[in-house]
Amino acid sequence: MLLPESIQSLINALERLPGIGPKSASRLAFYLLRATDDVADDLALALANLKKNTAFCEECFNITEAGRERCEICESTRRDGSVICVVEEALDVLALERTGGFQGKYHVLQGVLSPIEGIGPDDLKIKQLIARVARGGVQEVILATNPSMEGDATALYLRQQLEPLGVRVTRLARGLPMGGDLEYADQNTLLRALSGRQEMS
Amino acid sequence: MPEPKFRSFRVDAVVLRHSDYGEADRLLTLFTRQLGKTRAIAKGARKIASRKAGHIEPFTYVKLQLAQGRDMFIVTQADTVDAYLPLRDDLVLTGHAAYALELLDRFTYDDQTENPTLFRLLTDTLSRLASRHDPWLVIRYYEMRLLDHVGFRPQLFECVNCGRAIQPEDQFFSFSAGGVICPRCGQGLKHLHNVSVETLKYLRHFQRSSYAEAARARPSPEVQKEAESLMQGYFTYLLERELNTPGFLRKIVGRD
Ligand SMILES: [Zn+2]
Ligand SMILES: [Zn+2]
Repeated sequence: MLLPESIQSLINALERLPGIGPKSASRLAFYLLRATDDVADDLALALANLKKNTAFCEECFNITEAGRERCEICESTRRDGSVICVVEEALDVLALERTGGFQGKYHVLQGVLSPIEGIGPDDLKIKQLIARVARGGVQEVILATNPSMEGDATALYLRQQLEPLGVRVTRLARGLPMGGDLEYADQNTLLRALSGRQEMS
Repeated sequence: MPEPKFRSFRVDAVVLRHSDYGEADRLLTLFTRQLGKTRAIAKGARKIASRKAGHIEPFTYVKLQLAQGRDMFIVTQADTVDAYLPLRDDLVLTGHAAYALELLDRFTYDDQTENPTLFRLLTDTLSRLASRHDPWLVIRYYEMRLLDHVGFRPQLFECVNCGRAIQPEDQFFSFSAGGVICPRCGQGLKHLHNVSVETLKYLRHFQRSSYAEAARARPSPEVQKEAESLMQGYFTYLLERELNTPGFLRKIVGRD
């Protein structure tokens, strides 16, 4: 059966989203077709406003409201500008903010180095981070990239670039997951947890 | 894809690439001893408390239990054999390991055929890099062996045009003919690349030697550079597109 073009084009658009295959795309499209009008209208409005009403902070590259140059965190006088926490994505900022345990500022790389996928330093907001640190006033840069091969590679590269600037560079501690069991931990995690051990206080 | 004999089976695998899939899953491209290149889904692998996550990172040599899912294999268990940790503590090593994986990924197909020799070559190469052998040497040796296995062994001992034995003098190399062309045949021909007598000596040595013998080679920086760019040019020609990792490596090393 040939689908009407409007349905097919929605399916095609949904398929381009990460983690959505052809089956999920069709399922979502047909759900929207059957759902009450307001479901589709709300979604359409939200999508239309998404790009129109958001922008990237010119300082940290986190997402902010359109029309603002700097985000709320960068503008805040209560946040400690001498500590910058570097993350891969804006979602990581949300996760760290939810903990309430970090009072410094952020820098969002908007991705991660990946030799195989051909993503190099120039594809990320790395130059902007170096420039920000070089302007002075920063004492510590916390590298909070994911504990993955790509996250490690990015952290190594950033350390190499930041050290000449005389700033303290730290990496988020990598240990055993809460609720985990030593027996199931992989070699990678166990060795890193061992080398990053701490005094009991 | 032929039906596997068992619904669940164990494979030895190296993770070539991974990408996010669905809510919290990872789609893995694996090179296995038993099935050659294949893909599998690791469910929940992006959750930080996942027991599987650390085992299925790129470069890791892992024993996997795979189950036949509806359209793809599903990883049901994972145990690391070797994580080659030093590869992740040094960017230059990360780049070279990534180059080895990229070449293998580009030259192989999802054909469900066992390939113990290629699998062994890959794990040997990763462990040599992790043991801090000279990356240039490890990688050039790997390239020669890989070309043997995928059917593109270059002809380095006789002219691919006239068939005469190569004399100890500077030669030409033809990507399209897959080998050396002697100075007499190459005169005036287009699309040929120069290869010095020194560089050719090392390439020939790597082609017919064991790793232990090849590892004794001490080529000059000029020879290293020439061999590297000739081989990468040949790969780009064969694959009909630029490789990603050489550019990455140049950027990383260039800023040291
Ligand atoms: Zn900001
Ligand atoms: Zn000839």
